[in-house]
Amino acid sequence: MTTQAAISGHEAEHSGPNYIAVFIYLSILTAIELGVYAMGLPQVAKVGLLVALAWAKAVLVAMYFMHLAMERKGLAIIAIIPVILVTFLCFMLLPDLTTRMWTKFDHPRPVTDAAEMGAHPVAPPPMQTP
Amino acid sequence: MSEAAAVETHEHAVVDQLEPSLTPGNLGKLGMWSFLAGDAMTFGAAIAAYGALRIGNPNWPSPAAYLGITTTAIMTFILICSSVTMVEALGSIQTARMARYRNFMALTVLGGVLFLAMQAFEWHHLLGERGMSIKVDLFDATFFILTGFHGCHVFGGVVYNSVLLIRGMTGKLTPAKANLVEIAGLYWHFVDLVWILIFTFIYLI
Repeated sequence: MTTQAAISGHEAEHSGPNYIAVFIYLSILTAIELGVYAMGLPQVAKVGLLVALAWAKAVLVAMYFMHLAMERKGLAIIAIIPVILVTFLCFMLLPDLTTRMWTKFDHPRPVTDAAEMGAHPVAPPPMQTP
Repeated sequence: MSEAAAVETHEHAVVDQLEPSLTPGNLGKLGMWSFLAGDAMTFGAAIAAYGALRIGNPNWPSPAAYLGITTTAIMTFILICSSVTMVEALGSIQTARMARYRNFMALTVLGGVLFLAMQAFEWHHLLGERGMSIKVDLFDATFFILTGFHGCHVFGGVVYNSVLLIRGMTGKLTPAKANLVEIAGLYWHFVDLVWILIFTFIYLI
């Protein structure tokens, strides 16, 4: 391929997104992230906002810098599969997490000690002798 | 030719139109995307494990108490800038502006080196003055593993981009091989993307 052919062949290919605009969006989103971090919001709101902003930035990078917006759908399917699998992994971790989070709240445990049960303790079942 | 054979030939023609042949260019891109999908699973599993460990531990320290945000915000900005210089390098080689390509690729490499230098400075500070170590607790271990694994990727990207820069300087990389820069760009942008998530999950939350 001659240089001229390379120019004519690739110029159309390069007439894609405005990368400077993407850069400005990414910088603004990063500045907003730092603002959210410094504002002292409640933890749930802070986490929700920061995760949403991070995903927005990640999508911008994937769609425009990595050209997913202009590529064939097949590549987008390859790109989305890890996202689906990691989401599935997070859901698989949920039962374990919810159990462990539950123990953090120090719910009053049911009374089992005979001394704490007052005047009418329940007698343990008699030992079975072989 | 029988009618059945004619129909079969027509079907092959339709399939050929819909599925372009795999050229070295798009085959390489497909290979890089497949690698990145696997790498994304590794990072995704590591970040999910970090989240699980953190949520399940009521005594998990606040990252703000240990980790400096100013340095890492600058590191984030440097990586975003290097992504822009990478796409500009790609655009330059695609339009056969080789001097411009070399300048932008050199800036991309410089961005990666700056990022690594700042990470080394941060680690030195945390290991020395803050007394953090991979052996102290899970907070320290997950921090060093995640940022270290990402740092290894940045180092790989710097080497990868340096090779393409040197090949461009010695005339071995021509506009006809611009797809090699595009494939390297995919890797470099992926490194940027992962850092965006690590910055949020490890430092900010």
